[in-house]
Amino acid sequence: MSTVVSPARIARSRTTLEIKSYFRERDSVIFSFLFPIIMLGLFSVVFGGDDDTFSDAPGGGIDFARYFLPGMLASGIMLVSFQTLAIGLAIEREDGTLKRLRGTPMPPVAYFLGKVGMILVVGLAQIALLLAVAALAFGVELPTDPAKWLTFAWCYVLGTAGGTVLGIAYSSVPRSAKSASAVVVGPLIVLQFISGVFFVFNDLPSWLQNIASVFPLKWLAQGMRSVFLPDRFEQVEVSGSWQHGQTVLILSLWLIVGLVICVRRFRWQRRDDG
Amino acid sequence: MTASTAIRVRGLRRAYAGVPAVDGLDLDVEQGEVFALLGPNGAGKTTTVEILEGFRRRDAGEVSVLGVDPARPGAGWRARIGIVLQSSGGHDELTVQELVHHFAGYYPDARDPDEVIAAVGLDEKRATRARHLSGGQRRRLDVALGILGNPALLFLDEPTTGFDPEARREFWALIRSLAGGGTTIILTTHYLDEAEHLAGRVGVITGGRIVALGSPATLGGRDHDRAIVGWTEDGRQHTERTAEPTAFVTALAHRLGGEVPGLTVSRPTLEDVYLRLIDEPSQAVEVMP
Repeated sequence: MSTVVSPARIARSRTTLEIKSYFRERDSVIFSFLFPIIMLGLFSVVFGGDDDTFSDAPGGGIDFARYFLPGMLASGIMLVSFQTLAIGLAIEREDGTLKRLRGTPMPPVAYFLGKVGMILVVGLAQIALLLAVAALAFGVELPTDPAKWLTFAWCYVLGTAGGTVLGIAYSSVPRSAKSASAVVVGPLIVLQFISGVFFVFNDLPSWLQNIASVFPLKWLAQGMRSVFLPDRFEQVEVSGSWQHGQTVLILSLWLIVGLVICVRRFRWQRRDDG
Repeated sequence: MTASTAIRVRGLRRAYAGVPAVDGLDLDVEQGEVFALLGPNGAGKTTTVEILEGFRRRDAGEVSVLGVDPARPGAGWRARIGIVLQSSGGHDELTVQELVHHFAGYYPDARDPDEVIAAVGLDEKRATRARHLSGGQRRRLDVALGILGNPALLFLDEPTTGFDPEARREFWALIRSLAGGGTTIILTTHYLDEAEHLAGRVGVITGGRIVALGSPATLGGRDHDRAIVGWTEDGRQHTERTAEPTAFVTALAHRLGGEVPGLTVSRPTLEDVYLRLIDEPSQAVEVMP
């Protein structure tokens, strides 16, 4: 029985397999899929209720849940793409999954497409759930303007693509699968605190704002704010603008840096093996 | 190199941080052979096998595996090779059924996944996730994934570590049936009885070279070794080492007037020969079968 092996079919089959594996792993479901939704709920219950966030903004403040939603969306994109891949690949490299796959005729591109497919499905499911919870449970008003959703789309695509390649690249940093969680989650939490996800970005000292501006999460969160906050909030931004041009530029630069590292440095085996 | 050569290695070398692991190794394996590579830990077994599998680079030497240099592996070549790595792991959350069916999709000439699951004895465990398999079952899953592509050449790196004796026997039967179908098999193992049961030829590797090569029965001059004759006489156990056991037993039977009580005649086991060989790597011997 000789059949033609098509890389596209293998990529689809790998996507299915990756999605199954993802949702069967309880840790990843809680700490990357549900985490932003839990945080949104928690923060909204603790701080929410009144329209008193940025009450000194022109035209009055907004509900905390509405202010918090963009940051959670940005954070969720990074968790699902960057964190899932950086930890997952470190484990797959250590436990021999990658080596085993390398020993088969599976085209390497099918492996990466499978990861990308999984992240697209998981990421979109997470966003749908996050928006549903925000709208139904906390009464957040979602935008109706198609231009806003276009901004949302390119933010999502650039953020997810960047998080994916950077996660693959970063997976070589942890020295072992055991240390992977700490080495990946630690820096990401710091980044969430300084990028306007857990705290209001304006409240940070400017030197910390400058550091955060080097990394993609700050820009992704800002892009999401431009979608979900009222237009009048543009003036509240540190720069006084949504800075879409710079956002595209910086997210694209990170995407290119990540791609170059992946192509040049990706390893199917552990450092001490080979 | 003839058309029937599966593996040809000349002067293979690989050092780690200046310390040679493989140090001028030569090897020929014919198609259809079951060849066992024996040697202590650190002798260069895994380095050699992983160079042949295309996982490791070499410092020097010529290597040809199914006519291809494994340093430049292509998908077509990978499709003709089956690999069971020394360590099994990964894909923990997927079931036996899911994994075997999925991996079958990688190969242009895959065996029937359900038949393979049955052949490795995992029929009862189809719906079990890899995480919940026992060590021996997990190893059988590795073997299933290794043979799925109908390989011309199968590498088995310590395949039965952690098996109970019954599982080992079943595994041997499976390997013999594959060999019977013409698959060339390269086996590394710590179990001498496994090599003796399965392999047509055995190579002993130590210090990064092959120090002895032959059939399990002739390795290291085993067939020319002196036999040990044991018997009971006057209520006591006697033993005698002799180069001519037949003549000795005939004389013994004559002296004792017929049947010799408690008679045993034994040759050194493969393990005895192996331990002697790896103790004295300088006295290399080569005995062709």
